[in-house]
Amino acid sequence: MSRTDVPAPSPADQHRSAGDGPADPRARRRRRAKRPLGARLRRDWPLLAMVAPAALLLLVFHYLPTLGNVIAFQDYNPFVGDDPLEAFLYSEWVGFGNFEVLFRDPLFWDAVRNTLTITAFQLVFFFPLPIFLAILLNSVLSGRIRGFVQSVVYLPHFFSWVLVITFFVQMFGGAGLLAQEMRQAGLEPWNIMTNPDTFIILVTAESVWKDVGWGAIVFLAALSAIDQNLYEAAAADGAGRWRRLWHITLPGLRPVIVLLLILRLGDALSVGFEQFILQRDAVGRQAAEVLDTFVYHNAIATQQWGQGAAAGLFKAVIGLILIVAANKMAHKLGEQGVYSRS
Amino acid sequence: MSTQISPAGPVPAGPHPTPRLRRRNPQRPAWEEPPSFLGQLGKGTALTLLVLAVLFPMWSVVVTSLASRETINDTGGMVVVPREIDLSAYFSIFSGGTITQAVWISTLVTVAGTTVSLALTVLAAYGLSRPGSVAHRGLLFLFLGTFLIFPGLVPSYLVVTGLGLKDSLWSLILPSAISVFNLVVIRAFFMNVPGELLDSARIDGAGEFRILWTIMLPLSRAVIAVVGLFYAVGYWNAYFNSVLFIDDNSKFPIQRVLQSYILAGQSPNVSGSSISLPGVTAYPPTLAVKMAVVVVTVLPAVIAYPFVQRHFTKGVITGAVKG
Repeated sequence: MSRTDVPAPSPADQHRSAGDGPADPRARRRRRAKRPLGARLRRDWPLLAMVAPAALLLLVFHYLPTLGNVIAFQDYNPFVGDDPLEAFLYSEWVGFGNFEVLFRDPLFWDAVRNTLTITAFQLVFFFPLPIFLAILLNSVLSGRIRGFVQSVVYLPHFFSWVLVITFFVQMFGGAGLLAQEMRQAGLEPWNIMTNPDTFIILVTAESVWKDVGWGAIVFLAALSAIDQNLYEAAAADGAGRWRRLWHITLPGLRPVIVLLLILRLGDALSVGFEQFILQRDAVGRQAAEVLDTFVYHNAIATQQWGQGAAAGLFKAVIGLILIVAANKMAHKLGEQGVYSRS
Repeated sequence: MSTQISPAGPVPAGPHPTPRLRRRNPQRPAWEEPPSFLGQLGKGTALTLLVLAVLFPMWSVVVTSLASRETINDTGGMVVVPREIDLSAYFSIFSGGTITQAVWISTLVTVAGTTVSLALTVLAAYGLSRPGSVAHRGLLFLFLGTFLIFPGLVPSYLVVTGLGLKDSLWSLILPSAISVFNLVVIRAFFMNVPGELLDSARIDGAGEFRILWTIMLPLSRAVIAVVGLFYAVGYWNAYFNSVLFIDDNSKFPIQRVLQSYILAGQSPNVSGSSISLPGVTAYPPTLAVKMAVVVVTVLPAVIAYPFVQRHFTKGVITGAVKG
């Protein structure tokens, strides 16, 4: 699942605490809190047992590695022990040594620059497209046609990156359909799949092909929630199509746009891992090395564990700061943001 | 606006609440001006191009996978206009060998993984659906924290290999088994089930497991189907975790095999040397075989898609938009 799908943490809780009917949880919580822990445990142990397996998996495969990031401060050597834990205990601590090496590495900064360039480019050329598509689909009156187009454009979201890139190779690659036609027409075929100069356009086109329809779902839902009376009132006051779009539709979409923008900014250092690792070798490091692929090639492929972990930790910390900052900004602008203030 | 799912099942996701007005065209509201011809033309063109952009590559891949050697030689590669249906490429990839095995591996991982993921997610979603139960807040933060804190590639790799999962198919399942996004969607659904239903079951002596099994699951079949599809697609499509954790090429999933044939340019080594089915060319053209692998890789998603498509909207917006 892609990062942009990250849910708002607590819509359900908020609805609940708004007090819908007899199951008002605030009242219930107060009542429950009075009971002693032993009695509550006796009552709730089945719930705890249900959560336990999933919680265990998260602890082992998410939080344990998060703690494992401390090897960023080590000269981690997997061969000084029989297993990673032992190796960790016997490895030498080097303070910020790994970070120093990393920050002096021009290749690292190339990767950071590529990542940020691609994020900025996609923010301009990819982010608005689902909004346009949703408005376009919403304006189609025939439910049949709308449904058909929706089914078709959602479909590529369910293809793997390997498949998406395969389709692009077969269409636009050196042996693809386009090159084939150009050769038959006596033209010099061009191969955009291996051209570093146009790589940024290529990856954006791939992302658009895969996810533009899927991205529109959220906006379509927001559009359907806009009060139709507003449109009628505006039309009665003489507002034309475009004025209604500008003064009613876009303000109606604003909370969703801000929310998704925040999530994208918070994720500015990730541009999609598989997409890049799959094309890095065809296009070359210069254009296609992003932070995630840098970590892979400089850590796991070459066994520089400490430096790889340092780069990963750098990315995680910056990402966390970015998302918190973006959310603060949203609150300042009077929007709800990803999580509420409380 | 409320994006809560009603427990009675998904509400149809039509984005058009039609206003109750006197209408000229049954679907166009009375106040809206009639569309201009150019506007209609532009809209139609845009939508047609969009649909073609998705369907045309798929069409061409399917047609090429069914083409004979002569057709492929004539066109010089990818085929657009079908001339015949030649199934030899499919016979050759399913007559044993790397691709058959990869399809098996991927199917096994997808079925086992989806079962594990769905079971654990539903259980945890139910366990977390009761505010005020013991450790509820702490556990909820444990799950939601995964949205803010990312472990990073290197330590994750070390943990998985440290547990001895390298070259085990479990390494393709366990690390990604829980999607907290899916969990939140199911949990929101559970929390919306009226409390009276649960209370009456409790009075009749039902325990939590029984309530989950006999009340919650039947009510939430639709949302569980969608989440199941998300999980299954995720497992079927996963590529990179096999690069990290699987070195033994008899355990490669289909995406890995597809990558090596198409993107890395290896020739499919199908065991097709000795097939002699009547009316089938013994050596199917390489390009047709490659495209047949693409078709096989696409197929599960395309087959499963129509069954759950109408539930998407609810599933996606419950998690992503605030009510």
